[in-house]
Amino acid sequence: MALSMKGDFTDNLGKIYGIYVGGFFGFVVLMAILSMVGVPDRFILWSYMAMTIGIYAFIGIMSRTAVVSEYYVAGRSVPAIYNGMATGADWMSGASFVGMAGTLFVLGYDGLAFVLGWTGGYVLVAVLLAPYLRKFGAYTVPDFLGTRYNGNAARLVGIVVLFACSFTYITAQVYASGIIASQFLGIDFEIAVFAGLLGILVCSMLGGMKAVTWTQVAQYIVLIVAYLLPAVWMSTVQFGIPIPQLTYGGALTKIAEYEQILGVAKAHVAPFTTYSPKDYFFLIFCLMVGTASLPHILMRFFTTPTVREARKSVGWSLFFIFLLYFTAPAYAAFSKFNLMGLFANAEGLQLAFTAIPQWMLNWGSIEGHQLVTICGVKAETVMAIQTACEAKGFVGGFPYAELKLNNDMIVLSTPSIAGMPIWVVGLVGAGGFAAALSTADGLLLAIANALSHDVYYKMIDPKADTKRRLMIAKILLVVVALAAAFLARTKPSDILSMVAWAFSIAAAGLFAPLVLGVWWKRTTSMGAILGMIAGFSVTMYYLIGNVYGFDLVKGTGDEISWFGVASISAGIFGVPVAFIVTYVVSLVTPAPSQEMQEFVDRLRLPGGGQMMIQGADD
Amino acid sequence: MSDNISREVAEAHWSKTKNLMLITLAIWAFFSFFIHFFVVPMNNIVILGFPLGFYMAAQGSLIVFVVLIFWFAARQNAIDEEFGVAED
Repeated sequence: MALSMKGDFTDNLGKIYGIYVGGFFGFVVLMAILSMVGVPDRFILWSYMAMTIGIYAFIGIMSRTAVVSEYYVAGRSVPAIYNGMATGADWMSGASFVGMAGTLFVLGYDGLAFVLGWTGGYVLVAVLLAPYLRKFGAYTVPDFLGTRYNGNAARLVGIVVLFACSFTYITAQVYASGIIASQFLGIDFEIAVFAGLLGILVCSMLGGMKAVTWTQVAQYIVLIVAYLLPAVWMSTVQFGIPIPQLTYGGALTKIAEYEQILGVAKAHVAPFTTYSPKDYFFLIFCLMVGTASLPHILMRFFTTPTVREARKSVGWSLFFIFLLYFTAPAYAAFSKFNLMGLFANAEGLQLAFTAIPQWMLNWGSIEGHQLVTICGVKAETVMAIQTACEAKGFVGGFPYAELKLNNDMIVLSTPSIAGMPIWVVGLVGAGGFAAALSTADGLLLAIANALSHDVYYKMIDPKADTKRRLMIAKILLVVVALAAAFLARTKPSDILSMVAWAFSIAAAGLFAPLVLGVWWKRTTSMGAILGMIAGFSVTMYYLIGNVYGFDLVKGTGDEISWFGVASISAGIFGVPVAFIVTYVVSLVTPAPSQEMQEFVDRLRLPGGGQMMIQGADD
Repeated sequence: MSDNISREVAEAHWSKTKNLMLITLAIWAFFSFFIHFFVVPMNNIVILGFPLGFYMAAQGSLIVFVVLIFWFAARQNAIDEEFGVAED
């Protein structure tokens, strides 16, 4: 195969991925046939995992590289549409894949804040940042800050913010890949984490950004097929039309009827039942601005061949993300409709103990989690459920209100809830795994590249030769990945809830200096540095103060709250503070040099080639 | 080469670029925030089973975002070409 030769590979992308998609469908059909002739379930699930990881490893090894620009920015040869798919995989984390539909299932309309927030931010990326960062030609986001605000001080603050928003995020991805691997392979979580780690490293270690890009494209295809197939299936079974995004209006109508019958007070489509309107809109704002500030997303747009492609690529990215996010509400509606139907059509609106479906017990009895609870107890055996419900006065069965499902199980369990065969269950597992791996890889590169390129090469040893730089980059990559895996192994619940903070932290620390660096020539180095520090500090202060208080222990009564803003929306304070501080300090400090002003002028013109020349052998 | 582009051309290009930015962000803000202020009255309109307010947040705004970015990219391209500052 000519895969290791870049020119051949990028020239034949359509053919290569065409064969890949065909092969993947063939594999799914093979699994379907095997499951019908009675091959054991365990074998099918293992095959999915082995097959997909094998493919990623193959691409990773074929894309190994010893060229610096290929390692950091995939040789800037990724066409817009492929970069869009890679960004889609980079963006949609294990949590998006596994948790989004579940969140919508539980929250109804209010959960749509996430759907809006995690898509609209791309408009900001396309208009304000991506083309200019591409024109500049940096390898990392701190690299841009260090050049525009001439000096290592800005670079260092940028690295601190990057680390703060990316490290908790990657820990959560490693954790998610461990959970999925342990459930589908039936192995111990502690071991599964390292299986996930292996899957992450085979994609990124040998080929950096180049390898990650091409595996992310492959991972996107797996995850989107895995996400759409069950939804299309449910839509076809219930409404005879295989377009779930169109037909779930019917499911919404039925849900409303069931809500009447079952006496559910919180209507699925009614707004502001969980969040206040203020929470809802603040959350959308923070998620959008955060999207436009996360380094692992921004750096994907460094890889396109031109500025023009960079812009178009943001459109493709959002299109590929949109395919999943506009299906998630349909997924949630179909699952809810199926589940409510079990109760609404049962005698006395109670699900009989004898009619408890097997999937509730299977998911309920997973150790260490409370995925299904009925009448307040973990749904492990019919006996245990019956005893608990009878103690609450329910005889013969239990009502809808006594059933509690964890958000994270909706997508993974929907195939079994809707009675789909094991080959669909395995496919969904492989999709979730692909989502977690691809995001972990993007984050891993963002962190390790900032450490190797910005800290080591730019700050410690600017004379290092190519070979040494790449070696350091690869060592740091493994070190960061191991650190994340060891942290994930301890199941740190606090770290996992901190993931939602990443958006506010990135928004507050990076959005103002990046946007003003391009759009306001008068922004001075001192202004940007102080603006970043102020925005970042205010947000961190509020996050920690709001969640833990100043003794750093939860629930001891010394927590702060400003205007009742939720911690997840802490960026609502940091973003304006960063802008105001940058603006005021810039005005009181001397204007940037003529040279820097001309630098910004050139940044704004697409033509004339990229500005940063990274060195002869790059 | 950008070195050959006169200051006037560069400024005219940037002023058009800024206008496009403002228009695009205005549309973005409208569909990100403004329209969802009216979710309650919009929910009274039901099309194919979808209450309109719910639909706009679940699907409508997203479609607008996707189309908006492609439209913006095409417009910005036209501006770049008009002033001769596009890439070769």
